[in-house]
Amino acid sequence: MKHRYLPMTEQDQQQMLEAVGVSSIDELFQDIPESVRFKGEYSIKPAASESALLKEMTRLAAKNADLKQNTSFLGAGVYDHYIPTIVDHVISRSEFYTAYTPYQPEISQGELQAIFEFQTMFCELTGMDVANSSMYDGGTAIAEAAMLSTGHTRRKKILISKAVHPETRDVVKTYAKGQYIEVVEIPYADGITDLEALANLASEDIAGVIVQYPNFFGRIEPLKEIEQIVHEQKAMLIVSSNPAALGALTPPGKFGADIVAGDAQPFGIPSAFGGPHCGYFAVTSKLMRKVPGRLVGQTVDEDGKRGFVLTLQAREQHIRRDKATSNICSNQALNALAASVAMTALGKKGVKEMSTRNIQKAHYAKKRMKAAGLDVVFEGPSFNEFVVKLNKPVSEINKLLLQKGIIGGYDLGRSYPELEDHMLIAVTELRTKEEIDTFVAELGDGHE
Amino acid sequence: MNNQEQDQPLIFELSTPGRIGFSLPDLEIEELSLESILPAEYIREEEAELPEVSELDIMRHYTALSRRNHGVDSGFYPLGSCTMKYNPKINEAVARFNGFAHIHPLQEESTVQGALELMYDLQEHLIEITGMDEVTLQPAAGAHGEWTGLMMIRAFHEANGDTERTKVIVPDSAHGTNPASATVAGFETVTVKSNDQGLVDLEDLRRVVGPDTAALMLTNPNTLGLFEENILEMAEIVHGAGGKLYYDGANLNAVLSKARPGDMGFDVVHLNLHKTFTGPHGGGGPGSGPVGVKKELIPFLPAPIVAKKDDQYILDYDRPQSIGRVKPYYGNFGINVRAYTYIRTMGPDGLKAVTEYAVLNANYMMRRLAEYYDLPFDRHCKHEFVLSGRRQKKLGVRTLDIAKRLLDFGYHPPTIYFPLNVEECIMIEPTETESKETLDSFIDAMIQIAKEAEENPEIVQEAPHTTVIKRLDETLAARKPVLRYAKAEK
Ligand SMILES: Cc1ncc(COP(=O)(O)O)c(C=O)c1O
Repeated sequence: MKHRYLPMTEQDQQQMLEAVGVSSIDELFQDIPESVRFKGEYSIKPAASESALLKEMTRLAAKNADLKQNTSFLGAGVYDHYIPTIVDHVISRSEFYTAYTPYQPEISQGELQAIFEFQTMFCELTGMDVANSSMYDGGTAIAEAAMLSTGHTRRKKILISKAVHPETRDVVKTYAKGQYIEVVEIPYADGITDLEALANLASEDIAGVIVQYPNFFGRIEPLKEIEQIVHEQKAMLIVSSNPAALGALTPPGKFGADIVAGDAQPFGIPSAFGGPHCGYFAVTSKLMRKVPGRLVGQTVDEDGKRGFVLTLQAREQHIRRDKATSNICSNQALNALAASVAMTALGKKGVKEMSTRNIQKAHYAKKRMKAAGLDVVFEGPSFNEFVVKLNKPVSEINKLLLQKGIIGGYDLGRSYPELEDHMLIAVTELRTKEEIDTFVAELGDGHE
Repeated sequence: MNNQEQDQPLIFELSTPGRIGFSLPDLEIEELSLESILPAEYIREEEAELPEVSELDIMRHYTALSRRNHGVDSGFYPLGSCTMKYNPKINEAVARFNGFAHIHPLQEESTVQGALELMYDLQEHLIEITGMDEVTLQPAAGAHGEWTGLMMIRAFHEANGDTERTKVIVPDSAHGTNPASATVAGFETVTVKSNDQGLVDLEDLRRVVGPDTAALMLTNPNTLGLFEENILEMAEIVHGAGGKLYYDGANLNAVLSKARPGDMGFDVVHLNLHKTFTGPHGGGGPGSGPVGVKKELIPFLPAPIVAKKDDQYILDYDRPQSIGRVKPYYGNFGINVRAYTYIRTMGPDGLKAVTEYAVLNANYMMRRLAEYYDLPFDRHCKHEFVLSGRRQKKLGVRTLDIAKRLLDFGYHPPTIYFPLNVEECIMIEPTETESKETLDSFIDAMIQIAKEAEENPEIVQEAPHTTVIKRLDETLAARKPVLRYAKAEK
């Protein structure tokens, strides 16, 4: 068998078999019971040459309508933002992407330092004391936050706002089932968490309350009021937050959040059909030893030189096994690196400017929609998304939009039966005035 | 002193007010102040202290960091249990195609037929490779797959009214995620002992199995690199008691085309696409941990699954007994694209050769090193093997020292101190993509270190001598945690 990834020559094979003291490779597999030994080859597609495969994959990719050729107003948790070109150049350095978890700090200082910087940036953005090195994604990060709160408070009930991403809520429910934890949904009113309902549901037996900021409808939740209700019950305030919004919005830490988690996708990570993205997880210092996943800390070497190591590992599965704070092992390191590079490129001024432009452009689009006679609902302070009620099914309208090269908004009826014909529209800093105006005109036409 | 040896400042320390590294599109519309759009309480007062640097500053910074990092492309990386094989560049190219990298998960199905087709075809390939009946691509990594699989096993038992099955059995050689995942799935963990041949002790298994057994989790070959040759008896014992058999696929590189989990009697299996199927490892992730199941468990798979209906690929959400979602959207698609590209690059004959060469490489190294290090289990290994450093320990040289000394030779050390049931464990996995010359050089280094341990132990005990930094004070890091940069007070 000759293959460009397999350096074994016949001569190598002969010498190695001799050194092992067997006459064939087959002999090395005699410990597999005869009755379960797989004979022959898998019935799968034959190997393709490099050029043939590139052609085939190019064709397959071309069957998808991508966000580069079309203009997207689809968000709902995954956003089309500016990705500095430099991001892909950095993460393509194979010293990063062909390494694994930095278990050997002497030859992994690059990765460790990059993570340490990532942790710092997320502390800054969220206003929290400690951030970990990454989680799988926003959904599982929030589920882990819920688990942390039940473990910490020794209570068995979680409240979650219905204005939290529906797929995040689903993931929280699956994790909760695993832990025999009850999950109760808080209704929304006028596009934000219903505070009265929250006050009624909040009781001494709740471990944590999960809200999203900005929420799934794009609205900015009144964290100040929510915080009071939650902490009155000595429960934990868990905020799922789009970090791109935090360049301009008051960070959840300022409002007294106990855990802030979410997805770093808006910073330098392509949508990639929903993954891989990059969860982040930030807490107050008193929860430091309960954090799931890897943490990088600063220390010194034998000569007193600054260096970085994986630390507080007594929380983790490889030490604590069934008593670990989480089962996570591999995380999303390379995407955390991408997010770090994007946050570095944006820097202090850029994160604020990008965030602000999302607010300004979405505000402009909203105004234009209203002027065109479209029914904008759930009005109030919002980030880069808002909801429009249409008089036709969203999927029908989206089909027409696609013919004009526009990927329309999210059909809220898919996860909220009461919001049939409601479209969730995202307007990021990338959308030009012309694109917005065209979209408004098309929606207005479809509306009539 | 070359560049690499100099300290690289933190990016925050390189910051200079007034520099920028970005280029945002123009606003084009009238610039309204935030104050005119939002209530004051929502407007951030203090700016997030992110760095202010130019694009070249950034590139130099990360280039410097990358030079302080060892990857498979830098040199040999025989990290046992992690399958650090070559990461093909075509995978990277394909995953970056606009039609894969820049599509939104909530687009209409008709606009992502290419992506769904790829996922469907990958599911089909993994079904054949594992010998299972259906596969979900949703889990993000191995541990996530373990938990997903155990949740399905729990749902299966509960659907049968079998609510007393609260225990999951794991061997003492199991990876830490196995018991941790069992806990997250609501189970209690019971440990089964290994015997003196490094295999699960059947007597002990019979003792711990019972009406409260939900499942046995097994890695096969196990984490010692040994094939559990009593697998059929074990399956009989567990199934006989009404439990399920779970396959941790971290070591699938050892048995491609040689034995399929489905044929060995396993009911659920997770794969680590970032290992066997060339992920890459990304400095710690992202991974992908698809889970395959036998027929009886199909109803419990997380929704949605990609299905084919007439000529269209669809996301099938109609799964009333599903355990629910384990992840937003459909898994780490970008990693799945790479794995698919790899499988298509290798083909059936290529995948068979992968395992044959991986196993031959491991056995070759094991035999050549057996004279210099203790070999706790003297039999053919599969794709990896363990040595024990107890002979060197008696000379005052610990396995940790040996690992650190290997750094001086330019190698990433093997996995050490795992599995837990071998004293001073050294776990070596060469993989099939390494040449005999590379293996020989590494073996020579290991032999030299064994000699140094006898003749000049200090050189090993004080290693590494050539790295950018010496051994770090981990106790200090944990006792006084500094987990973020803070500007020094002026
Ligand atoms: C045997 C074994 N099981 C499970 C895992 C966990 O996989 P992951 O890190 O992808 O979660 C690993 C990986 O480190 C492993 O080696």
